[in-house]
Amino acid sequence: MKKRFALVALAAAALALPFAAQAHRAWLAPSSTVLSGAEAWVTFDAGMSNGVFIADHAAMRLDGLTITAPDGSALEAQNMMRGRYRSTFDLHLTQQGTYRIANLSSGISATYKLNGEDQRWRGSAAEFPAALPAGATEVVATRNANRIETYVTLGAPTDSVFTLKGEGIELVPVTHPNDLVAGEAATFKLTVDGQPAQGLTVTIARGGSRYRDNPEEMTMTTGADGAFSVTWPEAGMYWVNAQVRKPAQGTDVATSAQYNGSLEVLP
Amino acid sequence: MRSLPLILTAAGLGLAATPALAQSLSVAVEIPRIASASYHRPYVAIWIERPDQTAVQTLAVWYDIALPAGEGKDWLKDMRTWWRRGGRAMTMPADGISGATRAPGRHTVSIPAARLRSLPAGQYLMVVEAARELGGREAVRVPFRWGGPNTANATGSTELGAVRVTVAR
Repeated sequence: MKKRFALVALAAAALALPFAAQAHRAWLAPSSTVLSGAEAWVTFDAGMSNGVFIADHAAMRLDGLTITAPDGSALEAQNMMRGRYRSTFDLHLTQQGTYRIANLSSGISATYKLNGEDQRWRGSAAEFPAALPAGATEVVATRNANRIETYVTLGAPTDSVFTLKGEGIELVPVTHPNDLVAGEAATFKLTVDGQPAQGLTVTIARGGSRYRDNPEEMTMTTGADGAFSVTWPEAGMYWVNAQVRKPAQGTDVATSAQYNGSLEVLP
Repeated sequence: MRSLPLILTAAGLGLAATPALAQSLSVAVEIPRIASASYHRPYVAIWIERPDQTAVQTLAVWYDIALPAGEGKDWLKDMRTWWRRGGRAMTMPADGISGATRAPGRHTVSIPAARLRSLPAGQYLMVVEAARELGGREAVRVPFRWGGPNTANATGSTELGAVRVTVAR
């Protein structure tokens, strides 16, 4: 009996720890990343699920979709469709160079008590805390910045779309993300709010997990300059994730930032 | 057409021979502790197979039985081999078979002799298959003999540890 109780307690502790990790994985997957010719089309799938790029759980809302062309202009997605398990859209590439396709969300999420009952609030940083009802107590707020993105290139790769925005986690290429080959090493730097992100845990998962028994995930940690390197074990579409949380300090609310990127590795 | 007489024979034998064949069967399964930021207990199925890999009987299925609306059944199919070899023809939850997922550690399943009354003596395989959310899948096969005391072992390498089958009088 005693032994069984100990097991239950251990399991409860294991469940309680990684609460943030319970969320499903968000992915934005391009149909191609390396294209040639005067113009080309790429179609994208966006969803959330346990197995990356496997549309079996929930479609992604694309309210924050931001597409940047090589010349810095913003492009519109076409043929937007939200299905049960994935959202899709098309992009017409008419300029040579690298495009950045990102679904961004930022704002404040808060919990509070009103007349003894638990309430939730979500909105922009500018509205907070004025938008909370008078009499709200025990306000616990988190400033979120999430970036779900991928990159595609028509012709030769360019770097113009990688200028830092300075919010949340961003990827700064050392190796161009549309120049990845199986068996070769690639290096990227991560920044948090524009500063090199040291000690971030990076999770890398290859698509197609349904067709093998081992998930074959990799985890690594960024160095002092925010850089991490990976030697791609084989060709495929890879999901790259990093997240960081900072507790509230003085008048600053807690922050939570997440990066989810899709990178294609060719044979 | 062939299976009908076999079942009749087995049932007849079982009735006649129960006292002499009152063997018991137990399977000890080790679920390894896995360091993961998002660890979920594995789904596990345990069943008996003939040497030609056809399934005889499912002994245990551990899954998220407590989730509302039977939602835990959505991932039974991830125990892919069991699902194809018989799981998909069963209804869950099943009395005396299904149970909650288990924490890392050693767990023993004891099968009362009455439930194996129709199992003819011979060589079989005990199959234990584990599938974990955001993890991998592994099946471990342990050959054993039904019809006299014996023990047999095998060890998994990723999702399962040691598996021990014990047939006792």
